[in-house]
Amino acid sequence: MHDSSTAAVQSNASGEAHAAADNPALLHHFATEEQQRDSASLGMWIFLATEVMFFGGLFCAYLIYRGWYFGDFAAASTSINAALGGANTAVLICSSLTVVLAIWAAQTSQRGLLLAMLALTMLFGCAFLGIKGIEYKDKFDEHHVPGVSFSFHEEIPGHPGQYANPQHAQIFFALYFIMTGLHALHMIIGLGIFAWLFWMAWKGRFTPEYHTPLEIGGLYWHFVDIVWIYLFPLLYLIDRHR
Amino acid sequence: MATPSGPQGERENYLNKHYGVGSWLLTTDHKRISLLYLLSITFFFFIGGFFALLIRLELLTPAGDLVQADTYNKLFTMHGQVMVFFFLIPSIPAVLGNFLVPMMIGAKDLAFPRINLLSWYLYVIGGVMMLHCMLTGGVDTGWTFYVPFSTAFSNTKVIEAGLAIFVAGFSSILTGLNFIVTIHRMRAPGMTWSRLPLFIWAHYATSIIQVLGTPVIAITLVLVVAERALHLGIFDPKLGGDPLLFQHLFWFYSHPAVYIMILPSMGVVTEIIACFSRKRIFGYGFVAFSSIAIAVFGFLVWAHHMFVAGISVYAALVFSILSYAVAVPSAVKVFNWTATLYKGSIRYDAPMLYAFGFLGLFTIGGLTGLFLACLGIDMHVHDTYFVIAHFHYIMVGGALMGYLGGMHFWWPKISGKLYPEGWARLAALIVFIGFNLTFFPQFILGYLGMPRRYYQYPPEFQVLNVLSTAGATVLGIGYLLPMIYFLWSMRYGKPAPDNPWNAAGLEWKTQSPPTTFNFEEEPVVTWEAYNYEELDAPQKQEVPVAR
Amino acid sequence: MFDNFPLWPDRASTAAGNVDALFIFLLIVSGLMTALIFTAVVYFSARYRRRRGVPAEQIEGSTPLELTWSFIPLVVFMVIFAWGAVVYFKSRTPPRDSTEVYVVAKQWMWKLEHAEGQREINELHVPVGRDVKLIMTSQDVIHSFFVPAFRMKQDVLPGRYTVAWFRATKPGTYHLFCTQYCGTQHSGMIGSIIVMEPAQYEAWMSGGTTGPLSATGEKIFAELGCVTCHRTDSQGRGPNLQGVFGRPVQLEDGRTVTADENYIRECILDPGAKRVKGFQPIMPTFQGLISEEQLNALVAYVKSLSQPVGAGTKTATAAPQDQDKDTIQAAGSQVNP
Repeated sequence: MHDSSTAAVQSNASGEAHAAADNPALLHHFATEEQQRDSASLGMWIFLATEVMFFGGLFCAYLIYRGWYFGDFAAASTSINAALGGANTAVLICSSLTVVLAIWAAQTSQRGLLLAMLALTMLFGCAFLGIKGIEYKDKFDEHHVPGVSFSFHEEIPGHPGQYANPQHAQIFFALYFIMTGLHALHMIIGLGIFAWLFWMAWKGRFTPEYHTPLEIGGLYWHFVDIVWIYLFPLLYLIDRHR
Repeated sequence: MATPSGPQGERENYLNKHYGVGSWLLTTDHKRISLLYLLSITFFFFIGGFFALLIRLELLTPAGDLVQADTYNKLFTMHGQVMVFFFLIPSIPAVLGNFLVPMMIGAKDLAFPRINLLSWYLYVIGGVMMLHCMLTGGVDTGWTFYVPFSTAFSNTKVIEAGLAIFVAGFSSILTGLNFIVTIHRMRAPGMTWSRLPLFIWAHYATSIIQVLGTPVIAITLVLVVAERALHLGIFDPKLGGDPLLFQHLFWFYSHPAVYIMILPSMGVVTEIIACFSRKRIFGYGFVAFSSIAIAVFGFLVWAHHMFVAGISVYAALVFSILSYAVAVPSAVKVFNWTATLYKGSIRYDAPMLYAFGFLGLFTIGGLTGLFLACLGIDMHVHDTYFVIAHFHYIMVGGALMGYLGGMHFWWPKISGKLYPEGWARLAALIVFIGFNLTFFPQFILGYLGMPRRYYQYPPEFQVLNVLSTAGATVLGIGYLLPMIYFLWSMRYGKPAPDNPWNAAGLEWKTQSPPTTFNFEEEPVVTWEAYNYEELDAPQKQEVPVAR
Repeated sequence: MFDNFPLWPDRASTAAGNVDALFIFLLIVSGLMTALIFTAVVYFSARYRRRRGVPAEQIEGSTPLELTWSFIPLVVFMVIFAWGAVVYFKSRTPPRDSTEVYVVAKQWMWKLEHAEGQREINELHVPVGRDVKLIMTSQDVIHSFFVPAFRMKQDVLPGRYTVAWFRATKPGTYHLFCTQYCGTQHSGMIGSIIVMEPAQYEAWMSGGTTGPLSATGEKIFAELGCVTCHRTDSQGRGPNLQGVFGRPVQLEDGRTVTADENYIRECILDPGAKRVKGFQPIMPTFQGLISEEQLNALVAYVKSLSQPVGAGTKTATAAPQDQDKDTIQAAGSQVNP
C-alpha cells in the first residue's frame, strides 16, 4: 500500500520513552504521564456522573411522593433526628477538608501530614457511620422501619389533630432507608478506598509529581459528601420551620 | 520491521503471544477481552434463540398445547432479558468496539485495560446469575418487569433476575466509561475529532447513553427488589405507591437502551459502505452529529411506551412530538448512506450484503416507528404484534445485521483468516429472506389486534403465525451458517493479508491478526477518515483478495 | 378478505374509520419512502458497480441537500403528529352524555357492570350508535382493555380509574383482549363485545337486573354510615354531596381539584389526602373494607346526585347536564401527570 499515511508514521515516542523508563507508575499503554493522569481524572468524573444518575432515580421518586404526600412526609421527617443528621453533615464537611489537606500534603511532600489527614478522613467516615447506626437503631426501636412491624402515628406539623397516613409515611421511610443506606454503602466503599490510599502513602508511593490516586479518591469522597448535602435537607428538614 | 515467528512460522500476534487459560482469563489486552465477550455473548445468543424457537413453535397452533401458560410466560420473559441485556447491549461495543476502538484511534489499548477485564467479569457474573435463575425456575414478568405484577404477584425468581441484570448493567457502564475516556484522551497525534472514523463517533454516542442511562435502570431494579423483598409500598397502590412511577423509571433507561443497541450497528454499516463504495461517507459532519443527536434526544422520549398507560393527554402530546424529533437524525443517516452509494465503485462482498440488508430492514423498522409515535395509531397497535415486529426489525434486522456485517468485515483482522465468501453471501441472503418472512406477517397480526405475550390466540390469526414460524426456521439456519464457517475458517481458512479489503482506517495498518500492542510505533495522522481516493490511486495495484 | 385469513380488522366503531385513515396515510408515506430508498439503493448499486479503471467520485456532502432532507421529513412528521394527536384527543375525551359501564379487571377476567345495573363477565352488550364510556379499575395488577374492532385500548390500573369510550357502528360480536401482560392466564383473559340493534338491546336489558348501579350505591351509602356525616343540609360534618360531581372543589391546602371519579374514590380510600376546605379531618378510611364493585356503586351514586331527578339511568336520551358546563371531564381524570 503506497499512501501518504505510511510515510507519515514515525516514532515520536523517543522523548516520552525516557520518562516512561524513569517512572514505573506510567502504565505501558499511555504515551505520557499527563495522558495517564488526565485519563484517570476524566474517568472518575464520568463515574461520578453515573453515580449522579444512580442516586437520581431515587431523588426523582422522592420528589414525586413528597409533592403528593407533603403533610405525611413532613410528619415523618419531623420524627427523624435532625441533630444527628446535622452532626453527620458537619462530620462529612470536615472530612472533605482533611481530604483536601491530604492532597496538599502530597503536593508538598509532607508524608506525615499526608498520613495524618488520610487517617483523620477515615476516622470522620467511621464517625459518620456510627452516628448513622445510632439513627437506624432509633428508627428500629420506634417501629419506623418499613415492613410488617411498621407503625406510625404522628401528627402532621401545623395540623394539630390530623394524623399522617401511615402508608405514605412508610413510603417516606422506605426512601429514607434506601437513600441513606445506599449513601452509607458508598461511604463504606470510600473507607476501603482510603485505607488503600493510606497503605500506598505509607509505602511512599506518592510524590509531588505523582499522586493521582489521591486526587481521584478525593473526587469520589467529595461526591459522597455532596450527596449527603442534598440528602440532609431533603430528608431531615421538611417543614421544620414550624 | 520483522516480528518474531510462532511455531508454525506465523508471525507473533495477540493470539499466539501467550498460551494457557490464565493468559486469557487474566488478560488486559482489549483484543483478547473482545474475544472473551464474543464467546460469552454467542453463548447467550443461543439461549435466547432457543427460547425464541420454542415460542414460535408454540405459536404454530392457536391452542396452547406445546407448553403450559406459565412456562410460555417464562419463555418470552427470558428471551427478552437474555437477548436485550446479555446479547444486544454488549454485542457490538463489547466485541467490535473493544477490539477496534483503540486501533482506530491509534492507541495501544483502552484507557483502563483492567477495568475492561472487570467489565467482562461483571458480565459473566450477571450471566451466571441469570443462568442460575433460569435453571431454578425462571422468571415470568416480561422483560419489562411491570409492577405490581413483578413486586407483589409473580411467583417466580424476580429478585434473582433483577439482580443479574443489575450486575450486567455495571459491565455496560464500565465499557461506556472506558470508551469515552479512550476517545477523549488517547487519540494518536493528528487524529482530530473530524478525522475519526464514524464508527468511533457512533460508539462515543452509545457510551454516553450507557453511562448516563444504565444507572437509572440499576436503581429501578433495586427498588423492585426491595419492594418485593420488604413490601415497601413504593409502587404498590394499596400502600399509596404508584405503578406508573415504575414505568417512567424503567423506560427512562430502556428507551435510550434501544439506541445503545442500534448506534454501534450504524457505525459498522458506515464503515462498510464507505469501504465497498470506495469513497468517503456523504456528509460526514451530519452523520457524526446525528449520532450525538440521537443519543441526546433518545433521553427525552421514554413515555412513548406509555401512551395508553394512564398518563395525561398533554404528556402524551409532548412525548409524541419529541419522538418525531428523534426520528429525523435516523432518517438523515439513511439518506447519507444511500447518497454515499452514488458514484461509488461498489462491490457486493458479504459485509456489503449485510449492510444492504441493514439499510432495507432498518428503513422499514424505522418507518414503523413513525406509526408507533403517532398517538392515533399507537392507541390501536400498542402491546400488539405490531410493536414486536417493529422492534425486531430494528434490533434484529438492524443491529444484528450490522453486527454480522461487522464480524465479516473485520474477521480477517481479528482472526488472521479469511471466511469463505460464497457461504457468507448465501448466509446473508438466507438471513434477509428468513427475517422478512418471520417478522413482516407480525405487522399484519398486530394491526389485526393480536396482543403480545399470548400463547393461545383466536384461530383467524393462525396462517400468519405459521408463516412467521416458517420464517424463523429459515432465519435460524441463516444464523447457524456463520457460526459454522467462522469456526471452520479459524482452522482451515486462508491466511488473511493485513488489509484484504484495502480499507481505510488505522486498524488496517496493523498486522492480521495484530500484535498485542497494535502498533509498532505510534502513528501520526495527517489524513481524513475515509481516504479512499489515496488508497485507490492508480500507482498501486489492487491487492488480490482470496475467495 | 378470506374468512379465516383476515388481513384487516373489522371496523365497528366511529374511531375505527379515523384510525384506519391515519394508518393508510402512514402506509402510503412509508411505502413511498421505502420505494424511494430501495430504488435508490438498488439503482446506485447496479449503476455504480465496480468497474476497472472507473474510480469512485469523492463527494464531501451537500449542506443544502442535508437541510432539505432533514426539513421535509420533519414537516411530514409534524403533519402525522398533528393528525394523530387529534384522533387521540378525540378518543380520550368521552362525550358528555355517554352511557357508563364500570369495569373491574382481575386476574383473569373482566367484570362489567352497566350503570343500569346489569352485570356481565367477559362480555359487554352495547347498542349500536350509543356512546359508551368505560370507567375501569383493576383489583390486582395492570391489565389493558383492548377491542381491535373499535381501535380502542386503555390500560386498567389498580388503585385508580382510567377511562375509555367508544361508539359502536356495526352489530356483531367482536374480540375483547387483555393486552397488558398480567400473569398466567393473560392470553385467556379474553371476551366479547356484543353490539346489538337498539331494540334487541332493550330486550336484553330488561332481562333481569338488580336495579341501577346508583341505587346499589345509595344502599351502600346508607349501610356504611356515610349518610350520617354527608347530609343534604348544611349541618353535616362532611360536605353535602349534592351537585358535587364534576365541579371544582376547594381543598384545605389551597388547591382546587375537579370532583371526578378518581377524586371520589380517593376520598373514600384516603380521606386525608385531599380534604375539602372548611371540614375537619374526621372521615375514616374505607381502604380494605370495601370492594371495587362497591366503590363503583358509590361513585355512581355520588354522580347521580349531580343529575336531575329521574335521570339516574341512561336508557332515555336525557338532556345534557348543564351544571357541568365549566368543568373538565375530558381525558379521564388522573392523579399524576
